[in-house]
Amino acid sequence: MGFEKFGPKSFTAQTRVAEFADKLAAGEICATRCVRCRRVYFPPRADCVSCLGNSMEWEKIPEKGKLVSYTRVQYPPAGFEADAPYTLALVDFGEVKVFGRLSNAVEEAGIKVGREVKPVVLTTPDGQLTYEFVLI
Amino acid sequence: MSRDVAIIGVGQTKFTRNYQGSLREMVFEAFAEALRDAGITAREIGASLICSAPEYDKQRSPAGLLAEYLGLNPQPTFVLESICSSSTTGVRVGYSLIKAGLHDVVAVIGFQKMSEISSAESQERMGRGADIMWEAPFGSMMPAYYAMHAQAHFARYGTTEEDLALIRVKASKYGALNERAVFRKELTVEQCLNSAVVSSPLKVYDCCANADGASCLILANADRAKAISAKPVWILGLGAASETMSLTGREALDGLRAARLAAREAYQMAGLTPGEIDVAEVHDCFTIAELMAYEDLGFAEPGKGVELIRNGQTSLGGRIPVNVDGGLLSKGHPIGATGGSQVRTIVLQLRGEAGPMQVPGAEIGLVHNIGGVGIYSNVIILGR
Ligand SMILES: [Zn+2]
Repeated sequence: MGFEKFGPKSFTAQTRVAEFADKLAAGEICATRCVRCRRVYFPPRADCVSCLGNSMEWEKIPEKGKLVSYTRVQYPPAGFEADAPYTLALVDFGEVKVFGRLSNAVEEAGIKVGREVKPVVLTTPDGQLTYEFVLI
Repeated sequence: MSRDVAIIGVGQTKFTRNYQGSLREMVFEAFAEALRDAGITAREIGASLICSAPEYDKQRSPAGLLAEYLGLNPQPTFVLESICSSSTTGVRVGYSLIKAGLHDVVAVIGFQKMSEISSAESQERMGRGADIMWEAPFGSMMPAYYAMHAQAHFARYGTTEEDLALIRVKASKYGALNERAVFRKELTVEQCLNSAVVSSPLKVYDCCANADGASCLILANADRAKAISAKPVWILGLGAASETMSLTGREALDGLRAARLAAREAYQMAGLTPGEIDVAEVHDCFTIAELMAYEDLGFAEPGKGVELIRNGQTSLGGRIPVNVDGGLLSKGHPIGATGGSQVRTIVLQLRGEAGPMQVPGAEIGLVHNIGGVGIYSNVIILGR
């Protein structure tokens, strides 16, 4: 339990990486790194597909990433009507890529593939923990 | 080149917004057409493969229900699912059952009655076709994912919204010719560009039409095919691959790796090259998906797909006609029925029975059917 606190709208509560939400509460966006083979994962995983180990440590993702692609959603899926329009984005941080939203404060005209962005933690009006990307 | 398994019968309902009848009745229509086309009875079918994306079905475990209604008891039946590519997954499994010698004749039955749930509900369910822990919580959905692929393609190759509009204009031209299509209107580039944005840069007319529909294919081994059918169409090559569901696991977004891998495998098995394909059906759930397919299938170099559409090379009379039945964009996309419908179109083309959509003298055809945002990929090469 605990993972239901993560994301603008949560679909699931139970996972062995629920600590991700606690890390967010502490202001950190973390990946997991396999203690045995050192492979790093985002989204965080409890199990290492490389060495089959399941001893993981938390590691903050880098401060700076590059926008791989984005889209501004005008017609959202059910349950997200109040949030629309919003911008979904994929960001490359080197060792890991992260999916999320770009801050609504960023004007669409200012968004370009390849732009440098950084992730920030925030709490939504209904108390959910999440992160979004802002321009650097 | 393999000539061990043939398609000896094809059937498809008209794709419609709201089929006026029950699911079983809709499926029966496609099944009866395929049986009549093959000239066989239900008793001669060794197994039925029921292909559907069950999240859109009200009926649970539809294989049992449909086998009963179609008169396919007591033969084995089961459901196969790879979302939008379910019925070409059915072809792959049917091919293997026949090659393995377990059955001589197999029916691949695909369907979806999208009108059983609301459009918002279906979008929400499609969103949950993405990783529900790490992506769906942000409000992701099918159009948004393909939009991100479009944006990446634009950024890397200079592709434009007008190029995508040309793909929809082409689809609408052939949709107007196809009596089984749900969207029969011809569209102009301006209409496409002026339609409302769904998820930038994709607009309403960049998105396929949801539809109700069913398809049915009858597969047979070589002995039975030669005995039963005057015009068997042979499965020459099959390829399949998968890709990470999460976008975070992908190398790039300007193409679909699973489609490239499946195509390579299918060409290799058939001993054919992209230049030898006479007609193709590709998975144009969104305009950008057709453009990426040109490149992933080797019809054009990466980044050069736009030249095919700009120069009319994928229209009737062009170098490689693509989706001249209207494609998913205009013919419609009843998820589980789509792959079977694509195969049916190619079978009719290779038999010379495609009517106003006929590619003269077509001998080799290709089907590219994708599940989700490139998560599942099937490529099938067919020949006379
Ligand atoms: Zn490891």
